[in-house]
Amino acid sequence: MLLQAAREKGNLAKIRRATVGGDTGQGGSMTGLRYESPPTLDAAVALLNNAKGLARVLAGGTDVIVQMETDLIEPELLVDIKKIPGLRTIVAENGGFRIGATVSGMEMVEHAALCATWPGVIDGVKLIGSIQVKGRATIAGNLCNGSPAADSVPPLAAAGAVARVIGPQGTREIAVAKIPAGPGKTHLGKGEIVESIFLPARAKHSGDAYERFTPRTEMDIAVVGVAVNLTLDTSGVVISARVVLGAVAPTILEPADCAKAIVGTRLEEAALEQLAAAASAACRPIDDKRGTREFRVTVAGVLARRVAQKAYDRARHIA
Amino acid sequence: MSRKHHITLQVNGDEHEFLCEPQQTLLDVIRDELMLTGTKEGCATGDCGACSVMLDGRLVCSCLVLAVEAEGTSVETIEGMASGDRLHPLQRNFLELNGLQCGICTPGILIAARALLEKNPNPTETEARYWLAGNLCRCTGYDKVIRSVLAAAAEMRGA
Amino acid sequence: MTTILDKPGFNPDRKYKIIGTSPVKHDGFDKVTGRAKFAADAFLPGMLVGKFLRSPHPHAWLRKIDISKALKVAGVKAIVTRDDFPEIKQGTGGGDMTRIAMAREKVLWEGHPVAAVAATSEAAAKAALKLIEVEYEVLPHVIDPVAAMQADAPVLHDYMRTKGVKGPDAERPTNIVERLVLSVGDADSAFKDADVIVEHEYDTKPMHQGYIEPQSCIANASEDGQVELWCCTQAPWVYRDRLTDILKLDSAKIRIQQSELGGGFGGKTTFYAEPVAILLSRKAKAPVKMTLTRVEVLKATGPVSGTHTRIKMGCKKDGTIVAADAELVFQTGPYTGSAFTNAPQAMFTRYDLKNVKTVSYEVVSNRPKVSSFRAPCVPQAVFGVEGVVSELANRIGMDQIDFRLKNAIVEGHKTIYGEVFTKIGFVETLKAAKACDHYNSPLPKGWGRGVACGFWFNRGGETAGTVNLAPDGTLTIILGTADVAGSRMSMSMMAAEEFGIPVDRVRSILADTHSLGYNRVTAGSRTTFSSGMIVVDASRKIIAELCRRAAKIWGVPEDGVVFEDGHCRPASSNVGDFTPLSMKDIASKTTYTMGAIAGHSEMNVTGAGPGFGLHIVDVDVDRQTGLVAIKRYTVVEDAGKAISPQQVEGQYQGGAVQGIGWALNEEYIYGADGRLQNAGFLDYRMPVASDVPMIDTVIVEVPNPKHPFGLRGVGEVPVTPTMAAIGNAIGEAIGIRPRSLPMSPPKVLKLIEEARVKGLGG
Repeated sequence: MLLQAAREKGNLAKIRRATVGGDTGQGGSMTGLRYESPPTLDAAVALLNNAKGLARVLAGGTDVIVQMETDLIEPELLVDIKKIPGLRTIVAENGGFRIGATVSGMEMVEHAALCATWPGVIDGVKLIGSIQVKGRATIAGNLCNGSPAADSVPPLAAAGAVARVIGPQGTREIAVAKIPAGPGKTHLGKGEIVESIFLPARAKHSGDAYERFTPRTEMDIAVVGVAVNLTLDTSGVVISARVVLGAVAPTILEPADCAKAIVGTRLEEAALEQLAAAASAACRPIDDKRGTREFRVTVAGVLARRVAQKAYDRARHIA
Repeated sequence: MSRKHHITLQVNGDEHEFLCEPQQTLLDVIRDELMLTGTKEGCATGDCGACSVMLDGRLVCSCLVLAVEAEGTSVETIEGMASGDRLHPLQRNFLELNGLQCGICTPGILIAARALLEKNPNPTETEARYWLAGNLCRCTGYDKVIRSVLAAAAEMRGA
Repeated sequence: MTTILDKPGFNPDRKYKIIGTSPVKHDGFDKVTGRAKFAADAFLPGMLVGKFLRSPHPHAWLRKIDISKALKVAGVKAIVTRDDFPEIKQGTGGGDMTRIAMAREKVLWEGHPVAAVAATSEAAAKAALKLIEVEYEVLPHVIDPVAAMQADAPVLHDYMRTKGVKGPDAERPTNIVERLVLSVGDADSAFKDADVIVEHEYDTKPMHQGYIEPQSCIANASEDGQVELWCCTQAPWVYRDRLTDILKLDSAKIRIQQSELGGGFGGKTTFYAEPVAILLSRKAKAPVKMTLTRVEVLKATGPVSGTHTRIKMGCKKDGTIVAADAELVFQTGPYTGSAFTNAPQAMFTRYDLKNVKTVSYEVVSNRPKVSSFRAPCVPQAVFGVEGVVSELANRIGMDQIDFRLKNAIVEGHKTIYGEVFTKIGFVETLKAAKACDHYNSPLPKGWGRGVACGFWFNRGGETAGTVNLAPDGTLTIILGTADVAGSRMSMSMMAAEEFGIPVDRVRSILADTHSLGYNRVTAGSRTTFSSGMIVVDASRKIIAELCRRAAKIWGVPEDGVVFEDGHCRPASSNVGDFTPLSMKDIASKTTYTMGAIAGHSEMNVTGAGPGFGLHIVDVDVDRQTGLVAIKRYTVVEDAGKAISPQQVEGQYQGGAVQGIGWALNEEYIYGADGRLQNAGFLDYRMPVASDVPMIDTVIVEVPNPKHPFGLRGVGEVPVTPTMAAIGNAIGEAIGIRPRSLPMSPPKVLKLIEEARVKGLGG
């Protein structure tokens, strides 16, 4: 029928979603969105700092584009930082790794040395969406999106990762753990951009792990997430530990009682029991479409035990 | 005030150019401007994988890429998968093993499966299932999809 | 007159050449290369984009709509509101349909359309939507069906009175559309004979059909009143007749072409944007394309009924079920049409029950209207019935399949709805299940195994089709039913078998509504059966005609010619020594005989053979989180005769995995404000590839004697027992059988705690 015949190329007035040119009355775009891809970080900072309306950094885009598509945000400016040289590299530095702001999740997953050193961080990265999503998504974006359920943030915080932030006042280093400020919010100021995230050198006899609970095996948002990073002495006793919980409060939590429960132990049953209790006690979750309050509290304890054991086994090279 | 962006890129080896506004996604342009409608829109939020394409050799959801970001890139879509009249082994195995029913998710799954086999020529069933977790299919229950992928992998390895 | 319905010509000894093989689908090539044209893949010159403005409220009076500012947006070519639809009385079929398409007096669910804009771009359309001013008077809403039945519930329609109720209750405005009693025997007395009685309440949540292709259409209305419509649909003729009803069009002036269908499962049996696109096109004098977003699909197209049920059954120690009693409440959205009457008819149909009492209610509420889904309304009821059946078997210590065999119906059974079954394959299905590897494999420690059975009527109905013979001897088949998963190929195979030619010499296409007579909706597992009947009938007409032509060419009497393996041959040596004529030989000479050769058939097809299945599932339950993993799954089902076994397996597997989603995670989650909170694929959790195992299948073949090849529909049965089987398996694993869908981790974890307290289970 006509509809099929008319599909011949060259014989078409194509459907133009959002391409209206002179047809829009006020002239130009209906949405007023501006896209810039500055060549330097300084230029990017200036663009963000001078923006009048909502301005967003565009790195992987896997959150920003979805939020635009579902009409949650209507930015005036997108600053694409992917054309800025030097941001798309994983560089060994002081025994650790500096991960540029535009490095994709898949690039991290494919980096053998990074995976071997910080397997718990990679546990988290692997859980960010599908392979397709990880082909674009970045950990800097995962952090700056401000979701309490972001999968890479608890293991980064537990690892003691530090973000290098460039802004109108210059450069500052800030612990990843200090950046989240609540759902959709961060402690970054106007015009500030995370330039890179630094994962420090790993201590001897240490290991990290991250797990989350979701009803599906993949393609889901954490109902609870737990990251553990711990260091042992030569006899297998935990000498230091960081335990970070995700999706159980407006921001990630690092309850001191969780670390205290396992430091000085070999993760004996009593220690794990205490860890689980401390994790559950620290939760301040909400009831929502992804899980009930009660369920989150229980599962936080369950996961804390499991993840601590996994990190411990990694530290002892069992797993 | 925004302006249109002039974008040049390669699609399936051919050079293309178009004008776009900043909020248009690569998916919008592939379908509505380049008329390559084999790439499908199932959700526009990166949750179904129907719009999967290769962007500079990387598997992505084209709904999660802005068209303006594609300047200078190389894109591969389902239309470029067969060489001449020779189907890719994945395409042929999907046909022979009934790896598709309605077919709306099929282009995205084929693109994603090819990316898997390029990295891992001998995936286990579990590896194939996790790799394809970003591609929703509502018809098949995935059984014949996974069998088709594993059969194509075996064939490509010469096994 | 004798027809194929009376004489299908089924021959149990026939050896098939093509049927029972699984050739590559002819439409498959275009689907693996990206060439196949789904609804959103078409474009017309000068085409505009249409977008909806939808209600943010679940229930409100629609006081005022002002489109004046929106009309001034550059690029906007037309705006449609309720004022553009002809008035049709409320509470009638047409009245409901027109109000679903566009809100009229009230908005009745979050996402109810209140206006639509056609513009030169999506951005212009969206800008205009923001400028439409709507005045709502918000009303209290109700979504839960049991809450909606209460006397103090907000009433959706002042005019509604309950059908099937007498006395003072019949006079009051209500949300209860109908109370339906369906009974046989005397259940109340019969329970006295029971040694064991089990009774429980169950609830299920709405699930969405979840097709990956959002609805999309292009309407092209011309100045002389003609309309061309391209859309993805399971029911072109139904769309046509309903569109002519609500838009006051002549059927001769609207022509609908179905696109490739990117999944439907019942969800594309009714229209949404189509009437609006037609009105926009008429006003704008240009083609208009409307494609729903995923959010719109989830918020405003039909999920299935949520339900609340109470099931009571009793049996004797020897396993004989003596009575059953059920109360069923079905949520239908704002208007009637849930097909809830299927439930009392099908829920117990597989067991030989002499005493059954069912009372069913259909209830309106503030969510999108129900659309069909595989075996509409049956799986929800079976979730409870098969739970009770399993518990009865456990209580008397009988094997699950033996218990079902003890009560299984056979040929001659008269159903609760009056049908007397011809040959059915339930017993054979149960025996095949009992013999299959899965049922006989040991269960790993800690896992649970569940079984459950399902039934579906299978349908026939009005169907029309044509088979054309080309001069080169090839065949083209014109079908009026939709192809949801490969039925074009099945039709080509049946024709090829009938003619005795290779299937590659046959092609099937899907007709537009001008090309054939009325075809009922493609649903209810009717298509391969009904269109198959039409194709065989039309093929036989062609064969008869070929024989007439051969007789003419040879100058012999018509009965002197027989047809076999694609050739006309002399019936015997007495007829004469003629070289057999191929289909091509005859078809290429039609100029000299009597013109083109084609076969046409249209019938109200009867004789669909009922379908039965049994599912076996093993689950592993994380005792600390309540997470259920499906470890092994087997579908055993009677296909009558599998035309293409691969396609039949695909139906079994796909149905089972949809059921797994419904069982474990899929649900509509509403906030206190009546707004859907999980309107996206991220939070509406359909199974992904890594969530499920391979799905094993056992195709049982007990032929349906009413079909030339013995086939039965196979699409609905595979989802009917899934949730029940999984529920039973979880119950075996943890000690308490879940009675609320979805059986999501928080709910299962609570049951594990309860079992621990009660000292039950593993």
